[in-house]
Amino acid sequence: MNQPILTVDGLHVAFHSQRGEVHAVRGVSFCLQKQETLAIVGESGSGKSVTAKAIMRLLPKQSTSIPAGQITYAGQNVLALPPRELQSLRGAEISMVFQDPMTSLNPTMTIGQQLVEGISKHQRLDKAAAYEKAVNMLQLVGIPNAQERIRAYPHHFSGGMRQRVGIAMALACDPKVLIADEPTTALDVTVQAQILELMKSLQQRTGTGIILITHDLGVVANMAQKVAVMYAGEVVETGPIAEIFYRPKHPYTWGLLRSMPRLDAAGTEPLIPIPGTPPDLARQQQGCPFAPRCAHVMKVCKHFSPPLTEVSSGHTAKCWLLDQRAQQQERLAGVAGG
Amino acid sequence: MNNRVLLEVNHLSKHFQLGPNQTLRAVDDVSFHIWQGETLGLVGESGCGKSTVGRTLLQLYKPTSGEIRFAGERVSDMTERKGHKAYTSQMQMIFQDPYSSLNPRMTVTEIISEGLMIHRPNLAKKERKEQVSALLELVGLSSRQANRYPHEFSGGQRQRIGIARALAVEPSFIVADEPIAALDVSIQAQIVNLLMDLQRQKQLTYLFIAHDLSMVKHISDRIAVMYLGQLVELAASDELYARPLHPYTEALLSAIPLPDPVQEQSRERIVLQGEIPNPLNPPSGCRFHTRCPKAFDICAKEIPSFAEVLPQHYVKCHLYGEKGE
Repeated sequence: MNQPILTVDGLHVAFHSQRGEVHAVRGVSFCLQKQETLAIVGESGSGKSVTAKAIMRLLPKQSTSIPAGQITYAGQNVLALPPRELQSLRGAEISMVFQDPMTSLNPTMTIGQQLVEGISKHQRLDKAAAYEKAVNMLQLVGIPNAQERIRAYPHHFSGGMRQRVGIAMALACDPKVLIADEPTTALDVTVQAQILELMKSLQQRTGTGIILITHDLGVVANMAQKVAVMYAGEVVETGPIAEIFYRPKHPYTWGLLRSMPRLDAAGTEPLIPIPGTPPDLARQQQGCPFAPRCAHVMKVCKHFSPPLTEVSSGHTAKCWLLDQRAQQQERLAGVAGG
Repeated sequence: MNNRVLLEVNHLSKHFQLGPNQTLRAVDDVSFHIWQGETLGLVGESGCGKSTVGRTLLQLYKPTSGEIRFAGERVSDMTERKGHKAYTSQMQMIFQDPYSSLNPRMTVTEIISEGLMIHRPNLAKKERKEQVSALLELVGLSSRQANRYPHEFSGGQRQRIGIARALAVEPSFIVADEPIAALDVSIQAQIVNLLMDLQRQKQLTYLFIAHDLSMVKHISDRIAVMYLGQLVELAASDELYARPLHPYTEALLSAIPLPDPVQEQSRERIVLQGEIPNPLNPPSGCRFHTRCPKAFDICAKEIPSFAEVLPQHYVKCHLYGEKGE
C-alpha cells in the first residue's frame, strides 16, 4: 500500500467554554492517500468540522486546546509547525473549501485580487503571471467569460458561481490535500451535481486527495472511496465505501442508512428514525456515546467504552456487538429461540 | 383521501414591485388543486417561487391576480364576510427554521396558546392549559416542558413545538414550508413520521414544500414541480418518478445523489448547464429553454400550455404539444 499523504492519529480537541471543557473531538484517527476521497459523515456537533479545522490549524488559540493526538503531513508534524512554515503549508499544500460561499470570500476585494493574493504568496510568480494563472483557474472551474469576470466582486456572482470561485482559490496552488467542508450544502441539487462533477474531474487531473465533510449519504456514495462515520466526537465506523453502505456494522450507521427515504423505492413504508438526540459533549459520559439511542444496547455499553474492532481489511467499528462474547450470546440466544 | 377538492388555485399570480420599472414575477399564472386529506408536494430550486405560493395561499401575501377557493368558497369573499380569522383557523403554517420562527421571549405554553386565545377567546385558562399539554404529548414532547423557553430545546424538538402551535387551532390544511431542511438526517425521519401520523389521526391536508425530492416523494401523494414562478409538471409521486415528462423534472431527478455507491457511480446523469436565470427578466417562451437539453426553435417563442398529457399527469412543455414531435 502507498504511503498516506495525511495521517490523523488519536486527535483530541477541547473547547474551553463558560460551561466548562467541551470535548468536541475524542480520539479521531484516519489517513488519506493520494487521489483518494475520504468522506467524513455525521450530524451537526459530531466534530467533523472541528477535525477539519484542526488539520488546517484554524481553531482559535485562546479557546481551544489539543490535549492529545498527531497530524502528520508528508512526514511533518502539523501541530508543531512554527507560524512561518504553517503559512507555506496552508493554501499551498493543504487547502480548504468552506460550506458557505456567501461568507468565505472577502466582499471588498475583486475575486481576481483574492486569487492573485494567494497565488503570488505561494508560488513565486510575478504579478502578470499570477494574474494569468488566476484567469486559467477560473476557466478551469467553468466560469464563463473569465477574462472579464475576474474583475467582478463576490456579490456579482450567484451561489454556485461563488462556490466555483472558492474551489478555484483552493486549487490555485495545486494542493496535495483538499478539505471540502459541506461544499454543496448551500447549493441547489442541479448546481450540486455540477460542482461534484467538477471536483471529481479536477481530482483526476491533479491527483489531489480530498477530505469531504458532508451529512448527505448520496453525496458520499457519489464521491468517496473511503468513509469515516463520526458520532459525538468519535469515529464510530470507518471503511471502504462498499463495506459501509452494504455491510455496515455499527448501529448508528444502520440508523443513518435506514432513516433516509429511497427515491427508487415504491410505496411508503414508514421511515425508521433514530430516536432521541445526540449527547451533550459538555457532560462527562461513560460507555458508548450512542448507547442512549441504540436499539441494540446491552448492559456493558452503558459503562465501558467499546474497543475498536477490525471487521475486515480496513473496515473497523467501535461497538460491543462485535465483541466475541456478544456474538456468542447471540448464537446462544439463536439456539434457545429454536 | 376522498374525492373532494379542499383547495383550488386558479391562475394565481403574485408579483412584487421592486422599483418603478422592476417587477419580480415570483408566481406567474399557477393553477392546481389539492384533494381533501392528501399531501401535495411542491418542489423546485431556491428562488422558484414555491414558498411564495405557500404564503399567498395563507393570505400572508395578497395575490396579484387569480383566485383561491377553499372548500368551494372564494377566499377573498370569505375574508370579506367573516373576517380574516375564519380563514386562518382553517389554515396554518409550519416554518423552515425552528430557530427564528419561535419567539425566544415566550414560553412554550405562551407560543402554543397564542392561537387559541385569538380563535377561542372564551376558553378558560385551565382548559387552555390542558389543551397545550395534550398538544405537547401529541407531538412527542412532555407537558412538563411547557414552561420552558425555545432555547432550551434542540432543533427537532423546536420543530415539534412549531407543529403543536400549528395544530392548536385545529386547522384542516397545513402548509409545511421546508419543515425538515434545517434538521439533521436522523432527526428528519422523526419529524416526517410525526407529520404523517398526525395526518392520519386528524385527516389533515398538507402542502409540503421542499427541495429534497426523495423526502417529498416519501411523504406526498402527488408532486408539483416549479421552475421560475411556474408549474412545469404535476403528477402522482410514483408516476412522476417513474415517468418524468418535463426535461427539468428529468434533470432534477437525475441530479439527486442516491445513497448507494454502485448505482450512484454507474448511472448516467443529466448535468444542466448554467443556473436559474434572473427572475426579474425571465426568458421568453418556455422559461426553461435556456437550460433545456431538448429545446427546439419554438421553445424560445411560445409559452407552452399546462396540459394533461397522460391521465392526471400535467406538463408544461412543447415536446408534448401538437407542435412538438
